[in-house]
Formats: sequence, structure tokens, C-alpha cells
Amino acid sequence: MNFLLKRMKKIEPLFEKGGRFEKLHSVYDGFATFLFVPDKVTTRGAHIRDHMDMKRTMTVVILALMPALLFGSYNIGLQHTRAFGIVDWTLIQMFWFGFLKLLPLIIVSYMVGLGIEFVAAQIRGHEINEGYLVTGMLIPLIMPIDVPLWMLAVSVAFAVIIGKEIFGGTGMNILNPALTARAFLFFSYPGWMTGDKVWIEGLMSGGGLDGFSGETPLALAKMDGFDQMPSAMEMFIGTIPGSAGETSTAAILIGAFILLLTGVGSWRIMLSMTLGALGMGLLLNATGGNEYTQMPAYYHLIMGGFAFGTVFMATDPVSAAQTNTGKYIYGALAGILVVIIRVFNPAYPEGTMLAILLMNVFAPLIDHYVVNANIRRRLKRVQRA
Amino acid sequence: MENVEKEPLFSAKYKKLITNPLGLDNPITVQVLGICSALAVTVKMKPAIVMAISVTVVVALSNMIIAFMRKAIPGRIRIIVQLVVIAALVIIVDQFLKAFAFDVSKQLSVFVGLIITNCIIMGRLEAFAMSNDPWPSFLDGIGNGAGYGLILIIVSFFREFLGSGSIMGYPVMEKLGLYNFGYEDNGFMILPPMALITVGLIIWVQRSRNKSLQETK
Repeated sequence: MNFLLKRMKKIEPLFEKGGRFEKLHSVYDGFATFLFVPDKVTTRGAHIRDHMDMKRTMTVVILALMPALLFGSYNIGLQHTRAFGIVDWTLIQMFWFGFLKLLPLIIVSYMVGLGIEFVAAQIRGHEINEGYLVTGMLIPLIMPIDVPLWMLAVSVAFAVIIGKEIFGGTGMNILNPALTARAFLFFSYPGWMTGDKVWIEGLMSGGGLDGFSGETPLALAKMDGFDQMPSAMEMFIGTIPGSAGETSTAAILIGAFILLLTGVGSWRIMLSMTLGALGMGLLLNATGGNEYTQMPAYYHLIMGGFAFGTVFMATDPVSAAQTNTGKYIYGALAGILVVIIRVFNPAYPEGTMLAILLMNVFAPLIDHYVVNANIRRRLKRVQRA
Repeated sequence: MENVEKEPLFSAKYKKLITNPLGLDNPITVQVLGICSALAVTVKMKPAIVMAISVTVVVALSNMIIAFMRKAIPGRIRIIVQLVVIAALVIIVDQFLKAFAFDVSKQLSVFVGLIITNCIIMGRLEAFAMSNDPWPSFLDGIGNGAGYGLILIIVSFFREFLGSGSIMGYPVMEKLGLYNFGYEDNGFMILPPMALITVGLIIWVQRSRNKSLQETK
């Protein structure tokens, strides 16, 4: 490490003002701070510095994503063997198969996204932001495994440029960039995002057992195929068709535990969103309507992308509500919306993505009223005194 | 009427009436008027072009007619008078399209009738025709119609090219054989939000190239 530090220090003047690579200063800065803790010392006044800067925060989220990623890899292999009637694969084989399928998605996502981030940082003369580290990992985990790589690249470019950079880059975006990428793909190429073939590797290009159906539990529920739905335990463990990261509620819960333990994720949003969905589900159980409403309410929590969205998407510190009261409102409404879209919208079997994006849009409004209410409350107190 | 200076028909001042709305005073990208129809009719290029011509005709003629009558119109009922003129012209355009371009007329459906409510037309009548002579008013109408049409055609070009893989109905992508390589048309381009985003991108490019359009902080 010492050797590396010396090398970095040696080439630093090249990137300072007046140096040969002055224009690439943010690239240098990005790599230097990625490798080492910045050695900047404040010269005047007292400043409190926390080692829990953005890089560390992002690293924790990446760590929390690992269980879902690892299980997702295994599940891709498992679903593939089921669809193609392969019986003699070992666990390692399934995992390796899935991991190799997932790897290109991750590489493309990072290459396109980070490329745009680097260029944008050079144009603005800003430091390179770490914001994309997490987004770049989230995107492959919420995509169908068979999605063509160029489509993934287009949707990542759209999400980073339209969803983030034009608003001013990391920290300024209204919408969650990962969900923006997914929404773009969903509306642009619906053939690759919905249906009973996209969620299992290899089915889109033909093949698979005759009569094999790869619907997700959500799609089955939508078509009143309740009797064919996997058991609650299976959905909780995650051995069901779906995008890589979202199927296993158990693996996501491990990630949630890491996020909560380190204080990176907001427990208020996770709790209120879960309660919102559960409450809405129970309400529908009580009122009835169509057959779908009679499905046990807790199924909503373990089906589809709800768990993944709640833990990793809705808690995005940028696009979620900022005030504590606002977080409860934001989370609860998101949870309620998920169930409403799932049950009542005939077009979309899944509602998590749209519910969270919609609440992203409303988050500033919620904050505005929470802050104003607080100001009014305190004004009243002053006037009374 | 003695000191009226005869200006040439296409003096520099008059030329500006046409060129300004094409660029720095564009009705869509700068004044942000007429957005609704820009979203609705830009899925394909053909209807967009027909719509652009229709609006240009209506703006130019209604501008001219109102400029002729402007001194006779009582101020309090001027909006109604303007609407009557616009409505009459729109009906003529609508009937004309139905007679000579029925297919396009069907695609444009209600939006030809809705030219009446296009903010650009009322805006030009109020802002320009009510206080200028017929000839400059006519030129102003042509300019604003063309500025509106220009954006419509740019937006519809991208939406048709990326959304349907064709230009003016000619299947470019298919002829290039891109579908064989796994290319697919972008369904999102056909939906209205993408028109809004495309208009936004045009505004972005225009503003970043023209300092005069950027607000000073």
C-alpha cells in the first residue's frame, strides 16, 4: 500500500492546476480517495469530520446487497435446471452458472453508468461521486436475467442522464436512478420485461421443457392461479422465478439487518412501508372485491419486488422524504400503493417500482408540509409564551 | 396618413418577424406554448407536418384578419371576435383535410379542432395582431407557425425514428437490417412522456448554446 501511496503522490502534481492533466483532476481525485482516506486537514475553525462519508455509506449498502446477489446467482441456476429438466447439477454448479449469467449485466451497468458519471464530473469540474456504486449494483439485481445487454446499456444511460445528471448529479435527483432504469426498460421494451419467459435464463431464446410455465407468483396471483402458487416458505426463501435480487426475502432481510445495524438505511421507511402494505392487504381481505383481494395479506410482503424495494429502493436517502415524520408518511403511502397497484391494476402484476417512483415524486411535497407544520407549531408556542 | 414611411415588403425588421420565432423566440421551446398538441401529434412525422402546416395557416390568416379589423373591434369583446375568426379558419382547415387528406385527418382526429385552443394563436393575436398592421401580422403568424412546426417536426422525427423505426413511414431500420441483430423499437418513444422529454432535451441544447436565454442568478 505504501508503494501505491508513493506512486499516487508522485503523479499528483500532474493533475493539479497548471499540470499536464489538469482537466482530468476529478478522475485522479476519484481514484485517490477511493484508495485512501483523504488526508486533508482543516486549517481554520473546528470541523467535525466523520469517517462515515459517502464512500463508506455506499460500501455498506454494497455489502448489504451481497446476500441477495449470491442467492440470486444460485437461484438463476436453480430455475434454469427446473425449466430445462436438468437433474444432476450440484449447488456450486448452479451458483456458478447463475453468477456467470449475472456478471455481464453488472459489468455493462457499471461501465455505462460510471462512464457517464466520469464525463459529467469532468464537464462540471466536480469530484466524481460515489452515488453510482450502489445504483450500478442495484440495476442488474432488478432486471430479468435474459435482458439484452444493449437494452440494459440504453436504460442505464437514460437513468443516469435524464434521471440524475440533468438535475445536478448525485444528491439532486428526484427519482431513484435504479428504478428509473427499470421503468424505462419496462415501458420501452415490454416484451423483455413481462410475461412468463423472461424471468428464467434461456427461455427467451427458446428451449425448456414442454408445458413448463415460468410465471412469477405475482403473475399467478393476478390470473387467479392461486392453487399453483408456490408455498409461502418457498417465496420467503426465494426459490421462485424473478429477477436476481428480488426473489429471496430471507437474503434481503440479512441485508436489511446490516443496513439497520450500521444506521445506513432508514428503519422508519422500512417499518412504515411494511405496515402500509400489510394494512392495505388486511383491509382488502376484509372488504373483498375480486378474488385477488382474498389472498393472505402477508403474501404481499414476500412476493415480487416488495422486500427488495422496501429495503434498498424506498430507503434511498436522496429520493426519499427527508424529515422523520415525512418518512413515516412516505413509507406508508408507498406500501399502500404497492398493494393497490398489484391488486387493482390489470396491466401490471407488480406495483413496487411504480409505487416507489410515485412516492419519490411526492417526497418533497410531504417534506414541505411536515416542515411547515413544525414551523406553525413552534410559532404558536412562542405566541402563547 | 401623410408621414407613413413605406417599408419594403421584406425589410430587415420584417424578416426578423419570421426568423425570431424559429430560434430565440420559439413559441414551444422559449415561450413554452402549445405543448399539449406537441405531445399529441408527434408520434409520426406525417401528421406532425400536416399539423404544422395547419397551425401556420391558421395563425397567419387569423393574425392578418384580426390586424385588418383591429381598430373596429371593441376592446371588451375582442376575445370573442378573435375566437370567431380562429374557429372559422379551423373549420375550413378541418374540412380541407377531410376532403384531401382523409387518412391524416383521421390520425389527427380531435387535435385539428383543438387548434382553436392552441395558446400560440390566441397569444399572437393578443400580443401582435391587435397592435400591428396586416402585413407584419401575417409574417409574424408565418414565423410563429413555422417555429412551432419546426419543433414538432424535430420531435416527431426522433419519436418515429426511435419508436417505430421509420422516417415518414419509410421503414429505415428494417431496410438497414438492424432487427436481425436483435434491435428493437423503443416503445417508450411512442408514449407521451417521451415527447415531453424530447422537447426538454431540445430546450436544453438551445439554452446551453444561447447565453441570452439563460436566467441570471
